[in-house]
Parts: sequence; structure tokens; C-alpha cells
Amino acid sequence: MSEILKIRDLRVETASGLELLHGISLDLAKGEILGLIGESGAGKSTIGLAAMGYGRGGCRISGGTIELAGTELASASLRQREAVRGARIAYVAQSAAAAFNPAQRLEQQIVEGPLRHGVMTAAEARAWMLELFTALQLPEPEAFGRRYPHQVSGGQLQRAMVAMAMACKPDILVLDEPTTALDVTTQIEVLALLRETIHKYGTSALYITHDLAVIAQIADRLIVLRDGAEIESGTTEQILEAPRHEYTRRLVAERAESLTAAPGAHHRTGETLLALSGVAAGYGSKPVLAGIDLTVRRGETVAIVGESGSGKSTLARVVAGLLPPSEGLLDFADAPLPPSYTKRPRDLLRRIQLIYQLPDVALNPRQSVAETIGRPLELYRGLKGRALRAEVAHLLGLIGLAPEMADRLPGALSGGQKQRVCIARALAAKPDLMICDEVTSALDPLVAEEILRLLRRLQDDFGMTYLFITHDLSVVRRLADRTVVMQQGRIVEAAETETLFTAPQEAYTQRLLDSVPQLDRGWLDRVLTARGG
Amino acid sequence: MNRIPLTAWIGLFLIGLNLVLFLFGPLLAPFGQEEIVGAPFDGPMPGHWLGFDQNGRDMLSRLLYGAQMSIGVSLGAVVLSFSIGIPLGFFAAIRGGWVDLALSRLVDTVMSIPVLISALVVLQALGSSLPVLIVTIACLDSTRVFRLARLVAQGINVMEYAEVARLRGEGLWWMIRKEILPNALPPLVAEFGMRFCFTFLFVAGLSYLGLGVQPPFADWGGMVRDNQQGILYGLYAPLFPAAAIALVTIGVNLVVDWMLAGRTIVQGDNR
Repeated sequence: MSEILKIRDLRVETASGLELLHGISLDLAKGEILGLIGESGAGKSTIGLAAMGYGRGGCRISGGTIELAGTELASASLRQREAVRGARIAYVAQSAAAAFNPAQRLEQQIVEGPLRHGVMTAAEARAWMLELFTALQLPEPEAFGRRYPHQVSGGQLQRAMVAMAMACKPDILVLDEPTTALDVTTQIEVLALLRETIHKYGTSALYITHDLAVIAQIADRLIVLRDGAEIESGTTEQILEAPRHEYTRRLVAERAESLTAAPGAHHRTGETLLALSGVAAGYGSKPVLAGIDLTVRRGETVAIVGESGSGKSTLARVVAGLLPPSEGLLDFADAPLPPSYTKRPRDLLRRIQLIYQLPDVALNPRQSVAETIGRPLELYRGLKGRALRAEVAHLLGLIGLAPEMADRLPGALSGGQKQRVCIARALAAKPDLMICDEVTSALDPLVAEEILRLLRRLQDDFGMTYLFITHDLSVVRRLADRTVVMQQGRIVEAAETETLFTAPQEAYTQRLLDSVPQLDRGWLDRVLTARGG
Repeated sequence: MNRIPLTAWIGLFLIGLNLVLFLFGPLLAPFGQEEIVGAPFDGPMPGHWLGFDQNGRDMLSRLLYGAQMSIGVSLGAVVLSFSIGIPLGFFAAIRGGWVDLALSRLVDTVMSIPVLISALVVLQALGSSLPVLIVTIACLDSTRVFRLARLVAQGINVMEYAEVARLRGEGLWWMIRKEILPNALPPLVAEFGMRFCFTFLFVAGLSYLGLGVQPPFADWGGMVRDNQQGILYGLYAPLFPAAAIALVTIGVNLVVDWMLAGRTIVQGDNR
């Protein structure tokens, strides 16, 4: 096979001279899909962009060579690089919504590339666009292009972006987490079409992701990255079945475990702590939740699962008192729960704590760890001075952070550490109920695993009750006593986690379970065959 | 913080210099600010290093006296306007609803009248004494501070850490002081630098109409105006007070730039 992209000893550094990539080498053959996998900060996207001769945010290519079909890009002039970008090598970003210009129709943006590069006439570009739309199974190809980005669904927009990238018939696609922002059921479709389209036109691809199970379905070879250096490379089978490096082994093991562990947890549960009956809520006149009945017993973990738009986070906001319900009753510890948090006495506020998805915005950037954790102690328990400092140190110990961290500002913490601080802040209030809203979604797999382990430990030690909101079924599997599946603001199915996973009653639950990518190469094909048949 | 760039040093030096003038100006002046010691518009000469103004008063002495007046009035007015605008802006943003509506429409109403005209009316009615001048400028200026503070606070108030604080049962005072103010500082500090400079010019504008700093007291804006006809004849006189204003402005802005460098938080950016 002939190499279309040859990168040798690539080094990229930031404007301030910090080296992000420490000598990466890779080869991409014609028609091959090469997976780049690693956690955030590993340099995956940096490699993808550097392959186009581009450095993001002031980064520059400081060493090495990038040979694209015989043209050397690393030392090429800006004009030469621009001639290649979009035409020979094109980029598909994670968030299609952010990559399309909201003020232009889709077709305008898709034919722009071929016209700008002068590789096709307007008529040819349009015909090619329609062919791509058809290949990507977009509805009514003729009419689709005339829509604006906000008029199509997330999965369709992501496919439209693939069409945009393919518009100049490039040799190489750089796919940067193209399905990460999508729901699991949509992810399957996009993944299958992406693979089909790439194979059909013989395009090569660099596929960047943090999800091993996803990349297993599509990549021929994998490169595992960490801290800007290659850790391991090989064929996909080889890495999944016989990882050589310790880090790769942990990655594979974590994913395998989360997918195969026995479903369900069994905690000793007590009396009913939270009860919702007939709850409906919405924003303005738009109803989001309807007819929600839910009980949570003391000491158990109840998981709320659903895709985006299912109303699961809205449910969390209703329980927290941030969104008063329009109908229905809330009971907490055998007493009615005032609908709005402003009407709840301070002690009631203390007993229900909320942990958010994005620790970056859930922590005040100008308050140190000690201030953040110390405030609930001060407010609810009246601790001061030495007693306060001792309790903060104790809490830091509980969440596994060194006491020296107390004086740091959130900016000097990693994502996982920030989420730990958020947990400690909630814990400081000694709550009865913790609402965890997608607490691991923004974290890397291994870090997420540690956070889940921490939450489980706190439950074992303190008998904590969790209302766990997530879209990730593999998280639910190991954590929840009971699981509630939501779709479009209603509860579809609620059952013991074990029952739900082994014998789902509803078709939607089954579909959701089937959509979780498995860690073997044949999974996507099996699902597609099962659906087709 | 550890490495201060050259521009910031220049800014700090200029501010330091002006601070000295502000505190000790009249003591350093070789002549009184009302003393006529030479011929109108005479150029620099030994003993009178900056020459004379339109009445033959020593330019250097008047600049030194003027420092206290100009910097004092501007600083006082800006500090006061921020003390009014920031708390009200934050209050409106946090409370929302009718409180926000009432305050915002009131501010809109005040802002819809040109500042100079409002100032003229107030100063005409109450007479132009220094306290009246400072309070008038501060009140008019605080409308702009209010708008900025409200906008910034609204952005912060919807952040999840602010929500956490509300859910914890924190009161208004804590919200303003601990959650909003520290995170709103960067744009407000930048605005402070700008407002300080504008106020300088505004005081000069009022003096031109006879309602600002009253003669015979010297202020830099007024001195530019008094000496402006000199520029037609190629004289230096108006350049000295103008240069003094420019230096303060540049100094303040250099320091503000340095204080803001790398500290602005991009909201909603979670990468």
C-alpha cells in the first residue's frame, strides 16, 4: 500500500514554548483508517490539526516533517498549506453546531470549498453534494441543502459536516471525535454511515477519539497517545486483545469491565426519602416533564437514564428546587418539599445537594479549595478557625486530595480534582440526598472510573443516597440499585438495574442497551444486521 | 505577578509621579497659582521652565497646583460613581424581575439625556462648588457603570457556582461580595481606567462652559481651554497641560492593561 500521509518526528509547541507533541511519527496508507486514542491533553487533536499544517491558538510546528502525497507541509508557505487544506485533507469537528455558520444555508457552506479551491464547477459541486447526501442517508437530499443549520437534528448536522469535509473529494479526512456529542442511538447511525462513506470513496482517515469501543468499530490500526507521545501502536485487534503497555492495558480493562460487570448494586435501603407523584414541569409554556412518579429510598442509588432532551436534567432541577413543577407533589423525608428552593429552610437546602457535570463552572474560580469546602461547614455547622481547618483537611482526606491542595484555586487543579472538590463541597453539608447530574461525562475514562469509585466508597461509609443522572449506561450498570429510563419527558421503564439490563420490557430500553458500543470489532456489524433483519 | 513588563513599569512610574504631584504639588510650586510673574504666552526661560500662560502666570506652578484639582476631582468622581453603579448593577442582576426593570429603566431615562446637558442643569441649579461638581459627575457616570456591572453580573449569576451558592441559602451580601465581585473585577477594572480618563475631559468641558472648576483655581482641562488660542500662533503653552493629561491617561491604561493581562476569564469556556 502506498502511504498518503507520512509524519516523522513531529513536534508542536505553544506560543510560550511548551512542547505539546514530543516527536510523533505515523504513516497513513491510502484507504486506511488510523485511530488516535488518548485522554484529554494527550495531543490527539493537535496531531490531527498539525497533519493539515495548522496549529491551534498560537501553537506552531517546531520540528519534524509532514508529507502529504509527496508535498512537505511543515515547512511550506501559508499559501501552499491553504491550497491543501479542505482540498486534499479536510477536518470534521466534534461539534457540528459550532462549526457551521448559523446564518448560511447548508448547501452554500458545502459547495464553498470546491468553488474556492477551483476543483469543480458550481454544477459539479452541487451534484457531488447531492450524491454525498444520498450516501449519508440524509432525508430529501434536494431539499436538505436549503435548510439552515438550526433546522436539522444533531445527527443530521454531523453528517452534513462529513459532506462538507468530503466536498472537495479529499485524500484524507481528519475526524475529531465526530460522534462524541451525539446520543448513543444516533451515534450508531453516524458511525455506520461514516465507515461506509469512507470505504466507498477510498478516502483515508485519521480518527480521533477517547472511546475505545467506538474506535474499535471503525479503525484498522490504532495509536495510543499520552502526554504528547506515542505509547503503543498496532492493529486494532492486537491492541484490544493483547495490549502491551501498562496504560493501554488499564484503558482496555476499564472499558471491558464497565461493559461486562454484573449489573446492579444492592444496598441496604431504609424508608422512602424522596417521592415524586404526578410531577410535570416545563420552561415557559413548553412542557418538558409529564406525569413523573418516582421514589428514592434512603441508602440506595437510583439512576435516571435518557438521551438529550429526555428531561432527565430537568428532573434534577425540579428536585433541587431550581425549577418549580407546574403540577404534582414532592415529598422529602415524609414532609412536603416546597417547590422553590427560595421557600426551603436552610436545613432542608443542606439535606439535598447537587453535583454538576462541568466542575469548571461549578467552582468559583476566585475561591480556594479551602474556602469552597469550608463555606458549607461555616454556614450549616458554624465551624470556625481551627475546627474549620481540621474539618476541611478531613474532607480533603475523604476525597483523596493532599492537604496542600487546600490553598489552591480551581484553575490549578485537574478536571478530576475539581470534580472531587465539588463532591467534597456537597459532602461538607452532610446531605441526605446527593443529586449527581452527569458527574463523569466531562472526564476521561480512567478519571471517571476513580470518581465513581469515590462515590461508591462514600455510599458504603456513610449510607449516602444518590439520584444519579446520566446518559451512559455502562456507568449505570455497576452503580445503581434501580434504573429509570426516560424518553421525551416521560418515564418509559423503571426496574431493578439487574432486571432492566437482562430483561428489558420496553423496545426503547432494548434499543438504548443495544446502542452501547461493545469492545469487539464485529459489534457494529452485528447491530446493523440485527436492525436490518 | 512575578515579572512586571516594561510597559507596566512606565505606567507605574507615571502614576507614581502623578501621585507625588497630587500630594505635594502646591508645596513644590515655585510661584502661587494666581501670581502674575511674566508676560502672557512668553516661552520657557530659566526660572520659568515651562513658560507662561495667557495671563502671564507661571505654567509650571499652575500645572503643579492643577494636579491636585484635576486628579482629585476625577478620582473622587470615578470612585464615587463606581461605588454607586457596581452595587446597584449587581443588585439588579441578582434580584431580576421588577427591581431590575425599575432600576434599568431609570438608568435608561437618565442616559437618554445628553450628559453635558444634565450636568449643566444640575450645576446651574445648585451652583458649582467642588462637592456638587464631584457628586453630579459621579451620579451621571454611574449610569454607565451600572449598565456594565449589571451585564457582567448577569453572566456570572447564571454560572453554576452562583447557583450552588443560592442553593446553599446564601444572602444577597454574600452573593455580591464573594461570588460576583471577584469574578467581575477584570472588566470593571478596565472600565475604571477608561472612566478616569473620560472624567478628566468632562471636567475640562464643564470648565469651558464656566461650570467646572472655577477660576482662579487651576485644573489641567481648564488650562488647555484657557490657552487654546495660543495654538493658533504656534505657542507651547497649551501643550503642557495637554501633555500632563495624556501622561496620566497613558499611565493609568498601561497599568490597567498589565493588571488584566492573562486574567480575563472567558465565560462558558470549559476547555
